[in-house]
Amino acid sequence: MARYVLTRLATTVPILLAISFAVFWAANQVSDPTVALTVNPRIAPEDITRYREHLGLGDPILSRYLQWLGDFVQADLGISLVRNGADVWPIVRTALVNTLVLVTLAVALSLVAGIAIGAISAIRRGSFIDYLATTVSFLGISIPVFWLGLMLQLFFGLYLANWLGIGPPLLPTAGLYSPGQQGFDLADRARHLVLPTMALSLQLIAVYSRYMRASLLDVMNSDHVRAARGRGLPERTVVVRHGVRNALLPVTAQAATDAGQLVGGLVVTELVFQYPGMGRLFVDALYGGDYPVLLASVMIVATAVFLVNLAGDLSYGVLDPRIRRGAR
Amino acid sequence: MALAEHELAERPLMAAWRRFASRRVSVVALVALVIIAAAVAGADLIAPYRSGQQHLDHVLAPPGADFLLGTDTLGRDTLSQTLYAGRISLVIGISVALIASLLGTTVGVVAGYLGGRIDAVLMRFTDTLLALPLLMMIILLARILGDSAADVVLVLSLLGWMALARIIRAKTLALREQEFVVAARSMGASTTRIMVRHLLPNLVGEISVAVSLAVAGAILAESVLSFLGLGVSSAHTPTWGNMIGGNEGFMTVEPWLVWAPGLAIVITVLAVNYVGDGLRDAFDVRGEGRS
Repeated sequence: MARYVLTRLATTVPILLAISFAVFWAANQVSDPTVALTVNPRIAPEDITRYREHLGLGDPILSRYLQWLGDFVQADLGISLVRNGADVWPIVRTALVNTLVLVTLAVALSLVAGIAIGAISAIRRGSFIDYLATTVSFLGISIPVFWLGLMLQLFFGLYLANWLGIGPPLLPTAGLYSPGQQGFDLADRARHLVLPTMALSLQLIAVYSRYMRASLLDVMNSDHVRAARGRGLPERTVVVRHGVRNALLPVTAQAATDAGQLVGGLVVTELVFQYPGMGRLFVDALYGGDYPVLLASVMIVATAVFLVNLAGDLSYGVLDPRIRRGAR
Repeated sequence: MALAEHELAERPLMAAWRRFASRRVSVVALVALVIIAAAVAGADLIAPYRSGQQHLDHVLAPPGADFLLGTDTLGRDTLSQTLYAGRISLVIGISVALIASLLGTTVGVVAGYLGGRIDAVLMRFTDTLLALPLLMMIILLARILGDSAADVVLVLSLLGWMALARIIRAKTLALREQEFVVAARSMGASTTRIMVRHLLPNLVGEISVAVSLAVAGAILAESVLSFLGLGVSSAHTPTWGNMIGGNEGFMTVEPWLVWAPGLAIVITVLAVNYVGDGLRDAFDVRGEGRS
């Protein structure tokens, strides 16, 4: 087991380096540290040229990458010229916390709902409930997240208020807090999280419930479940103890490997609901020519996705002896 | 007995088609797709107005007799725009699915059949790409390239083949050890011949399911790019995504502007997913699909 973990970890560092280089290259293709200056009419082109030389922008990309990497691992993300010289790290940290709140909430909710729905589907295979769950999950993976977000805004911000004849909308459709709100207010913050969480969760619930259904059906057909039945254990014990418990691992591991796809839904959800997280920071930096923020946001998200992926792989490998042996 | 012989004689593809046709929901989905494809292809015939035609006296008109689903800020008929937009969305979706599947199949078969160091390198590369936050990379790549339909196809294809490559590799690994492949090899068949004549025909099920799911994924991905303003430019060519992105601000005034293209995406992608599900059953491909 230790060997499996070690070999897996040994490949981590080179892959993480490769990923960070790819990200660095891509970010440098679309932006560079002087974009913010070139749009300022008060700065002479000669000054920008000197600035570029000072930053070494003419150097080979590999040497610039190594220099940047050295700063990055020391949490030195530079300053943002677009944001009037503000330190990048506090900006990114705030966005990261907001994103983690939203993602954690959506994933936890979706796992619970998805696992419950998937388990019921598998146990009542072929029933009306199974049919309904399957249909809804097909719908869930077919609705673009950004469009679902817009529809939720229309529904809760406009339609529902109109139908019920009430004045203000039932739920806020954008931002973190109501206008004028000062400081932290849990109730207000929670109300602003409802719609983004819903938009992000539908697709996740759809996917997780399909995983759970497949996983549980697989387990229920296995020898040890048949053996448990043969020993005359009550069906309830067989399903819960031997079925569901063993079906959970592949589902959570699979959910972890989907982390990269989750980011896609996150970016558009944050945009639609003007939620100040990493996705919105990334898109704003891309359009605003904010090179250091762009680079930092992609790099941090890429690292996080990679680590979640790795954790999923490792837990799967460590807990499932078949994979452990196969990997050697 | 006669029936058994008939069944034996039946070509695998015919058998798959028979299984596909026995599932009502998949057939309905296929018919729906054909209708959608015909409607957008024949937009010149059935759309009330030409693509981009403006009616400046009827800006943001509500649904009515002249404009069934209303008009946008430039006075363009929403129904007509939605039909024309479907062309580019469908063409991009299908092109990306075909190119990405070709890439994924090639990588998967080569890695799985040749094995060894080539396999290791190809799969490390595949895994690395899969471990990226793909939408962010797609956005960056789309920004590097231009905003023509061909650029969008290129971006989505280059970052859309990895999942299929892994599936095809796994299946190829199993096929490689089977007698008919070993026999072909021992009779001196070349590597290319074994891949094309012996491996590919046995991967038809996996590939066709993957192509259908890739169409769904590509239509969704294209709509996200267009929504963000990074897909095909909305100035000349409407797509479902850029219609939603461009009209988002007017949705409280004229909701059909986002309802129509959005529903078009949902219905199309849903139909594609059901067709893919039918293909999975028809070819008995294991595993839950994702899109």
